[in-house]
Amino acid sequence: MTALTLALSKGRILEDSLPLLAAVGIAPAGDAERLLRLPTADANVELLVIRPTDVPTYVEYGAADLGIVGKDILLEHGGEALYEPLDIGIARCRLSLATKADSPLVKGLDGASGRRLRVATKYPEVTRRFFSARGEQVEIIKLYGSMELAPLVGLADLIVDLVATGNTLRANGLVEIQTIFESSARLVVNKAAMKMKHAAIGALLDRFRAAIGNG
Amino acid sequence: MTRSWMLPEGVEESLPAVAWRIEALRRALLDHYRAQGYELILPPLLEHLDTLLTGAGSDLESQTFKLTDPAGGRLLGLRADMTPQAARIATRHFADQPQVRLCYLGTVLRTRPDSLGGSRAPRQVGCEYFGEAGLAADLEILRLMLETLQLAAVRDVHLDLGHVGIYRALSGKLGLDADDETALFDILQRKSQPDLRDFAASRRLASAAIGGVAALMELNGDVTVLQRARATLDVGETAIAQALVALEQAARELAKIAPTVPLHIDLAELRGYRYQTGLVFAAFAPGHGRELARGGRYDGVGGELGKPRPATGFSADVNELLRLGVEPDIF
Repeated sequence: MTALTLALSKGRILEDSLPLLAAVGIAPAGDAERLLRLPTADANVELLVIRPTDVPTYVEYGAADLGIVGKDILLEHGGEALYEPLDIGIARCRLSLATKADSPLVKGLDGASGRRLRVATKYPEVTRRFFSARGEQVEIIKLYGSMELAPLVGLADLIVDLVATGNTLRANGLVEIQTIFESSARLVVNKAAMKMKHAAIGALLDRFRAAIGNG
Repeated sequence: MTRSWMLPEGVEESLPAVAWRIEALRRALLDHYRAQGYELILPPLLEHLDTLLTGAGSDLESQTFKLTDPAGGRLLGLRADMTPQAARIATRHFADQPQVRLCYLGTVLRTRPDSLGGSRAPRQVGCEYFGEAGLAADLEILRLMLETLQLAAVRDVHLDLGHVGIYRALSGKLGLDADDETALFDILQRKSQPDLRDFAASRRLASAAIGGVAALMELNGDVTVLQRARATLDVGETAIAQALVALEQAARELAKIAPTVPLHIDLAELRGYRYQTGLVFAAFAPGHGRELARGGRYDGVGGELGKPRPATGFSADVNELLRLGVEPDIF
């Protein structure tokens, strides 16, 4: 049998995907909290536990044959170098545009009084594409966390951020104006691995499909 | 000033041991192509930008370094790929010959590497065969590509074979505008079934037409894929039937000329280039996450510059081949 390596996004995707990995027969056989490299119930599959934003990089270089990563990360990474055959349906959330509840922008982006808007986000690439598709010039401020703060302290007019329930936004007096896209976790595959280890990867994809279908 | 010792990102230099190995490989490759009847061309590093970007070069706009010619003020480009240059030379200087075989080897420059951490200055080597539409030309180029890898001592080569004619036949029926066609092309490159479903839903495309594209993305694997393709795809469509026949013949011939090379078929593989028209192929090796040589048919090339004719060819990066090859016994 060909050995396969699967890169998993640390955090929410890892937690949410444990039942699925068990159903596929590749439950981690070790301490997923601490170990970065884990054997699984299947002797031919090894797991890597890494930061979500690093998953596309590992898979693109071929350091991992497959990966599980959010569509939000793939869109930001610009993943035409990877195959992404399956939506595994976990870690659902949406990338949304939000602003202060008392902002004139709540009525629509046309409410901007002709000046260039400032948008704070962890997703500069997706944000740039969204606004350029609307034909609008905006100033993008890249932040690494606590997006909700930016409009409150006048750092930005708008934020583009992941929303799961909307509770954090509401608690901070922000409202969603528009959903940019819906995200969920995808199974990605290295292109060269797909061609050279086709039988092994095809079989694993079928097991994932069966497990998702049953779930 | 340590900074002045640094090279630009994605640019390398070769010191004696490696430089001699590159030179030995360069000689071995060019000698081999010459023995096979290929003529050597040395296209210029610098050309008028519009010339570089015609025909086979039409995808290279963002990849091309540009500058203004102080003498005359026209925009110039540094070549990002020698294939369009070979096509121009074939059209301009060999128009009187029904068939022409050209080879080239030289550094090309790219504004962005093709892949993460890749080179922006690959040493491109390749062979192009103009004027022969038949499968014999595709097989000759495929054989030369495999021999190139062999001369570079790359072991365990895997071959991937596809045919863009099937995608073109299916997408042509959807009647998409240019933007949507680009979006669909991008989805196919990523084999993303979920994105294809969203795409079809948001454009209200007929499920029958999209079904063909969805099926195409699953048609990859060993040669039995071709039987599955006959069962799944609409073989009443001439273009699809012709593509499958070409693939079947190529697979049979490859089993004869390269019986030890594992063959993978991928009917949704478009190789990322829009100008390609027929059989496309790429070589992979274990431990290397991306293709190390690629090629295919691009018929009709030269139409902007003269009489269009059929063409097929392959290219690879000598620097990368050398990194992947086992230590040579050339010395």
